[in-house]
Amino acid sequence: MAIVEQPSGPLALRGPSTVTPDVAYGVFRRPVATSGWKSWLFTIDHKKIGIMYGATALFFFLVGGIEALLIRLQLAQPDGKLLSADTYNQMFTMHATTMVFLVIMPMAAAFGNYLVPLQIGARDVAFPRLNSFGFWAFFFGGVFLNLSWFMGGAPDGGWFAYAPNTGVPFSPTHGMDFWVLALQITGLASLSGAINLIVTILNMRAPGMSLMRMPIFSWMILVVQFLLVFAIPVITVALVLLNFQRLFGATFFSVDAGADPLLWQHLFWIFGHPEVYILVLPSFGIVSEVLPVFSRKPLFGYPFVVFSGAAIGFMGWGVWAHHMFASGLGPVSVAVFTLSTMFIAVPTGVKIINWIMTMWGGRLVFTTAMLFAIGLIVEFTIGGLSGVTHAISPSDTQQTDTYYIVAHFHYVLFGGAIFGIFAGFYFWWPKIFGRMLSEKLGKWNFWLMVIGMNGTFGPMHIVGLEGQSRRNYRVIPGMGVSFWNMVETISSLILAVGVLLFVINVVRTNLRPRTAPLDPWDARTLEWMTASPPKDHNFDSIPAVHSIDEFFHRKYEEDEETGDFTKIATAEEILAEQEAHADAHMHLPSPSYWPMVLAFGLPVVAIGLIYNIVISVAGALIIILGVYGWVQEPSVADDSDYGPPGDATKELAAVE
Amino acid sequence: MSDITADVAVASSHEAGADHGETGHATTTGLSNNKLGMWLFLGSECLLFGGLISTYMLYRGRTQEGPKPSQIYDIPFTSISSFILLMSSLTMVLAVSASKHGDLRRTRLWLCATAGLGSLFVGGQVYEFTAFYREGLGFTTSLFGSSFYTLTGFHGVHVSVGIIMLVSLVAILLRGRIDGNRAEVVDIVGLYWHFVDIVWIVIFTLVYLIPA
Repeated sequence: MAIVEQPSGPLALRGPSTVTPDVAYGVFRRPVATSGWKSWLFTIDHKKIGIMYGATALFFFLVGGIEALLIRLQLAQPDGKLLSADTYNQMFTMHATTMVFLVIMPMAAAFGNYLVPLQIGARDVAFPRLNSFGFWAFFFGGVFLNLSWFMGGAPDGGWFAYAPNTGVPFSPTHGMDFWVLALQITGLASLSGAINLIVTILNMRAPGMSLMRMPIFSWMILVVQFLLVFAIPVITVALVLLNFQRLFGATFFSVDAGADPLLWQHLFWIFGHPEVYILVLPSFGIVSEVLPVFSRKPLFGYPFVVFSGAAIGFMGWGVWAHHMFASGLGPVSVAVFTLSTMFIAVPTGVKIINWIMTMWGGRLVFTTAMLFAIGLIVEFTIGGLSGVTHAISPSDTQQTDTYYIVAHFHYVLFGGAIFGIFAGFYFWWPKIFGRMLSEKLGKWNFWLMVIGMNGTFGPMHIVGLEGQSRRNYRVIPGMGVSFWNMVETISSLILAVGVLLFVINVVRTNLRPRTAPLDPWDARTLEWMTASPPKDHNFDSIPAVHSIDEFFHRKYEEDEETGDFTKIATAEEILAEQEAHADAHMHLPSPSYWPMVLAFGLPVVAIGLIYNIVISVAGALIIILGVYGWVQEPSVADDSDYGPPGDATKELAAVE
Repeated sequence: MSDITADVAVASSHEAGADHGETGHATTTGLSNNKLGMWLFLGSECLLFGGLISTYMLYRGRTQEGPKPSQIYDIPFTSISSFILLMSSLTMVLAVSASKHGDLRRTRLWLCATAGLGSLFVGGQVYEFTAFYREGLGFTTSLFGSSFYTLTGFHGVHVSVGIIMLVSLVAILLRGRIDGNRAEVVDIVGLYWHFVDIVWIVIFTLVYLIPA
């Protein structure tokens, strides 16, 4: 059981909670620090883990961004000399892999971890130690992947890693081995995180929080976690096959042994297309929270947004072969996947209509978060429309492997996923850190990013249709695409300045005192009903939920005749009311070393598989040690370890 | 403000633990977190085996070198080891039932029996692999070899992990009594064990019984 915690005394009686543990589990004493770096490294608090996910993903965002800039600088002029063909291959492979697996996915995990328990009125996730394991597996997996730069060359087979092209004969460095193993490690992170969040959402909602009263962000996170649970094992199979092929000489992708080169493509895209929705749905959830708040209206057609999200989740499994129209699937398959791909545009369109109708007639407030949300609607729609042109298979065969495709997926991933994430940053920053990001810098940040992204990815439509192919390390002179490539490179620098402004904004904000008001945006959902930043236990008393937008309805009363809302309570009053009725027994899980130990063993095993099996044995021993310690250690510290024993202990004994 | 205080939740869950073998806090679905987690994990495993089985089916009988499936499969032998594995599901059910009745001795007995039958199955698989290898089917020999060993090997690893879980469970149950909490652990390990058995039924049918 995950959160069968040590009940401590009534809140008011809780002293400083740093108590020396009496019992050692395995070889370590239990970590007990509540402040300082140790309190972060060994934490199993979903909020701290969420922040660590976000910080790590932001770091990788900068790394992936630098890789993108190097690509653009190489392509600024015909016959660029900055990167060799080989380095260029590594650069675009690592740019995409980083952005997909180490930035957008963990960013969704960051927001999901931090916000979902708060939005559903829970004190933590269902499996707090598993949560910590998920973060560290992602962290070590990401570091392991990037180690390849210093160990003989990064992966160079593209983020889709088409086998047999990624077999040893065509990619002889260890780069692809790093890629294959790193993605298995981060896959474990995603899978454990997904199971954790699903159980949390299904099982730990506050009283009255039915699924159809749940905030839309939590809904979209739920859909995404289901996609992860079923998509991750499919890519794991593909990765295992390629792994065995490269390291142990298996024949899965050896065409001379009669292998089918489409096997990899099918396995990869059966994962890969749900993955697209895994990347973008969390951002859809974020803007569905941001738009109502700054339109001063409830979300238009809440059930439609929920069910269209779920519909995307189902239909996302039936469109994968549209990535393979050029591979000669045969007319029936192509026709089927053409149709299903056109169909999936419908639920996505439903969402866009809902967002526009939410804004329609609202009193719009153009904060930075709102600007990013509107930016998402505009840019994602452009990307969605070019996506529909891919669904038409005859035209797609012309577009395949050109920059037109690059334009499309950057509009949906940058204009969709990343813009949503930035909207989330500006919206929830005061909640998470108690400080407001500068709105002035934020607007510069937004406009530079919008101009930069349209300048970078817009012209790619043109050069793509003119025939400039993807993954080519140089712009061929005399093709008539040099001008637009220069425009793209300059725009990418503008985009980079926009991102830099965000970093400056974060640093500047962090230096200032915590002065953010409790409810700066007049928000609507439960996470705003607690202190900013929230207390360790999230809520002093678990709120009972009576409607969608519970917090809004506690602040405002509706006049039944006119339909006008009048304010009846402030956030401060609601918080004070909650504090007055604080629960006697807080249930908090205790920190632990073991998830980190266990996760650390994974890349050690992986390095051993590549270089020397002895290292793998050492890694396996670390993993066994981690499992042993984890199982030995109760999820909550003993009485003597944690908190002053209150009368709650006696009550418990009486019950037993 | 809160309808259910923590006290009530703890108290009711302890009562429920005594009565129904359930554990933990009152949850929204009524299913414990651990059990729901295991169900989700098994859902994910379905897709893992789905991918591996598809790969095998695609490459079924594709042999340019080495023996063909029909030349090396020993159907009577594998049928017996499959029967042993299926019987281990029966003993697992008996273990879960005994744990729900709080019968510690029988729980341990049936868990040991399950682990024993599972080990017999894995032993049979080791023997089978060795025999196939001697007859010329290596991991790298052909597409059939690679996909056969990968699929059945993955299944064998799953059975082995299950055996480790069963043995650990017996070790944990050497002392103390069975309460709702521990009975649920038996139940959850049981879910995993049955899943692994069901997957074998699919593999046995598709890999061994249907001729390539």
